[in-house]
Amino acid sequence: MRSIFISLSSAALAGIICIPVGGIIEFREFWGKRALINLIQTFYSLPTVTVGLLVFLLISRSGPLGFLNLLFSQSGMILGQAILVCPIMIGLTITALGSVGSQIRDTAKSLGATEMQIIITVIKEARVAVIAAVLLGFGRALSEVGVAMMIGGNIRGYTRVLTTSIALETSMGNLELSMALGIILISISLGINLLLNRFQGK
Amino acid sequence: MAFLEVRSLSKSIGPAKILHEINLTVERGEILGLIGPTGSGKTTLLRLINLLDEPSAGSILFDGRKVSGRQEKEALATRRKMAMVFQKPVMFKASVEENVSYGLRMRGRQKRHEKISMNAMVKEVLEIVGLSGYESRDANTLSGGEMQRIALARALILQPELLLLDEPTANLDPRSAASIDSLLRSLAGSRTAVILATHNMEQCRKLARRVAVLQAGRLAALGKSEEITMPW
Repeated sequence: MRSIFISLSSAALAGIICIPVGGIIEFREFWGKRALINLIQTFYSLPTVTVGLLVFLLISRSGPLGFLNLLFSQSGMILGQAILVCPIMIGLTITALGSVGSQIRDTAKSLGATEMQIIITVIKEARVAVIAAVLLGFGRALSEVGVAMMIGGNIRGYTRVLTTSIALETSMGNLELSMALGIILISISLGINLLLNRFQGK
Repeated sequence: MAFLEVRSLSKSIGPAKILHEINLTVERGEILGLIGPTGSGKTTLLRLINLLDEPSAGSILFDGRKVSGRQEKEALATRRKMAMVFQKPVMFKASVEENVSYGLRMRGRQKRHEKISMNAMVKEVLEIVGLSGYESRDANTLSGGEMQRIALARALILQPELLLLDEPTANLDPRSAASIDSLLRSLAGSRTAVILATHNMEQCRKLARRVAVLQAGRLAALGKSEEITMPW
């Protein structure tokens, strides 16, 4: 449950940030837009340990956000995982909104919608793909191990999640338990995929 | 002073000049036919008048006031006095009722008593376009002709001062087209001005008092519909 809570919270936090940011990037024309989108897409495969390291430096006691005491806490893990899934969520939101034809924007505009109302209309039109982006972000957060280990510290009963448990139990030679935890993780991933397919099938 | 005046309007996209110095006027209650072959610039002209695109040169005057080249806030206020029906209308992923009431909702009709009157307006306008009882249908499951009529209802419900129609009967069967024609005829003489872009000269003759002929982005002729003969 802790794994789901932390990953769900990080996906929700990332969603709150990434959907509007994706909307702004898609709807506004600015210098370097194409390069920015390319950079975001490059970060899809950002190694989780690299994000873990960056967030560690950011929130460690001597880091710029050290005063928040986020290191080895669930809040820190949520922040780290949110940063990890942001590129994929922003990128997929841009793709989702871009797939809504320009005719929808023109129709909304000609019917007297303001710029903000047009953005909301387009997000509503692309809602299935936007929800899919959030669910994919949730899946990535749930299955990563680098951020959870480096930021959470794998503290039993507090920041230990399924992936870090699997890593620990394997290193201790408890392969049966690792396998069982792995099956639970795969089952959750399967559940997410089924949910995703149901949304996309609509 | 004309209700709508288009002055030396030009539009270029890259090196291609789509419209060359178009001049025309429309009065309240008038239906102006806009006729021309495919690619002559009819849709571009309607989009410019609807302030969806910026002209490259020239200006658009609405009630004597220049409205082109203004800030978006001002353009929005002018746009809300008009409505445009596109040649290939698209429906929002929603019910017919939500599609038809979209423009009203964007204008802030959200309060309960306003919603009740809005529902009545939707019902009335659907009756006008011959789609009574379609309120709860998914708009994207309708036929092309039905979508065209929903698009027209979506425009009419706004009671626009200027109605811009881009081939509104192109996707309709003859019977539906005739009902739309009769609806447009009923608008003549009201406070609504209509610009009707069409390929159909017969429709123009029946509905429009004056006709503007576009050819290769230029205004080839402008005059009474019975006097205009096609140059192509």
